[in-house]
Amino acid sequence: MKESCLSKLAPGEWGVVRSLSGEAGIRQRLQDLGLIPGTHVCCLQRSPLGDPTAYAIRGAVIALREEDSVNIHLK
Amino acid sequence: MGLTKASTGKGAVDCFSPDGEKSAGIRIALAGNPNVGKSTVFNGLTGMHQHTGNWPGKTVTGARGNYTYRGGTYTLVDLPGCYSLMAHSAEEEVARDFICFGDAEAVVVVCDATCLERNLNLVLQIIEITSKTVVCVNLMDEAKKKKISIRANQLECLLGVPVVCTAVKMGSERNYGYTELLERVRQTIKQPKRCSMPVRYGEDLERAAGMIAETLTVLCGEKINPRWLALRLLAGDTQAVRSAEKALNADIGEIAKDALTCAYADLEAQEIARETISDRLTSAIVQRAEKVARSVVKTENESYHERDRKIDRVLTGKCGFLVMALLFLGVFWLTIVGSNYPSGWLSSFFFQTEGWIYQGLLSMGCPAIFGEIFVFGVYRMVTRVVSVMLPPMAIFFPLFTLLEDAGYLPRVAFNLDKCFQKCSACGKQALTMCIEKFKMFYLYNL
Repeated sequence: MKESCLSKLAPGEWGVVRSLSGEAGIRQRLQDLGLIPGTHVCCLQRSPLGDPTAYAIRGAVIALREEDSVNIHLK
Repeated sequence: MGLTKASTGKGAVDCFSPDGEKSAGIRIALAGNPNVGKSTVFNGLTGMHQHTGNWPGKTVTGARGNYTYRGGTYTLVDLPGCYSLMAHSAEEEVARDFICFGDAEAVVVVCDATCLERNLNLVLQIIEITSKTVVCVNLMDEAKKKKISIRANQLECLLGVPVVCTAVKMGSERNYGYTELLERVRQTIKQPKRCSMPVRYGEDLERAAGMIAETLTVLCGEKINPRWLALRLLAGDTQAVRSAEKALNADIGEIAKDALTCAYADLEAQEIARETISDRLTSAIVQRAEKVARSVVKTENESYHERDRKIDRVLTGKCGFLVMALLFLGVFWLTIVGSNYPSGWLSSFFFQTEGWIYQGLLSMGCPAIFGEIFVFGVYRMVTRVVSVMLPPMAIFFPLFTLLEDAGYLPRVAFNLDKCFQKCSACGKQALTMCIEKFKMFYLYNL
């Protein structure tokens, strides 16, 4: 199974969260937004300057910077 | 609104504290995610009887207001909007500390009916702390537009707390659901506190939490839910525990030390590492929120998502900057050109009236020198300022508010975030920058 992180997802692609890394604060914040193992995420679009990127997470559109989305590992 | 003598006078800074004697009524906390219409509900209930200030020692603003219902006076404390009580921003700490230790008789959690699942995360966390919670599902009119329906009775059943649906305007009815909300809050206050367990964490964690909670029951008494405190200890949430220690004036770490060690040993024997406990607790809440939302929210129409995505592709895609530049240029152009006409009319009107007022003063026997000072000095300056300053303000701010209500401003923050990051700021500051730019230009043109 190809393992990658959320920042590598291209616009229009779906992924399933496998695990989160990073320090406790940012992990808690991401989990509170619904990014727990098993969540389906879709990359919607990148900002015109490349960062941040908008993702569809549990019915909401959330923008994440690359420095945070590298912590989200996908199946 | 909020700008009363009490809120801006000399004593204003001191009296904003939830413990102040000024909060005469039964204390109710008002919590919820950001942008769910919490302020609207707050204003709708308290009207002019409110004032704003900073939470003591923090840079987080809050508001407190009174309302009366069926002979009782209630003090509504507007907590900062937050997505959870577990992360550690200033807003979340203020909200958590007030809900847990602020002696509120009840908590009203305002939710957005159009994205209930995300709001349920906070709702479940709050119900875990106190059973005296009322869930207010707001923005029902928006949900209706998007063909989203909420089964409030089912939600009430699943959560075990009262649920009220509200909207600022539903059909022809204004402040829909507000009276029912007041009534349910009144009833909730009368009920005794009970142990609420909206989320179950699996046998292993529940047993561990139970062990620790037993040692804390006496200490917590009626004030704090011992199960919640036990879970925070297990998760290693030192900040929450520290706040609890301050509130209860006890060394909780010491009291629960043995039980905690035992619990950790027990969990490790089942191969559950200490570091993963916090993640497991959070996951369980998110999963429960998903399950509840799935059974109470019915969406008939998926296509509105598509339309929003298409619009976003224009606003935040390759042409994003062009669209942004055009929009803002348009707003500034409308303001500058548009304000010329009313400025001209006001100027000539005030110029006419100058002569009349001067003649009037002279005919009343006022000495010429005073007449000149008043009319050609004071009056002229004031009217000049009004005719130049008022029209641009009256055009710019409504236009900007239109952009804000349409939801465009987060797209601006999204587009500009990278630039702001380079200055160690973040996209949100783009909005303050717009307003500052306008002010600069405005004052320059005076």
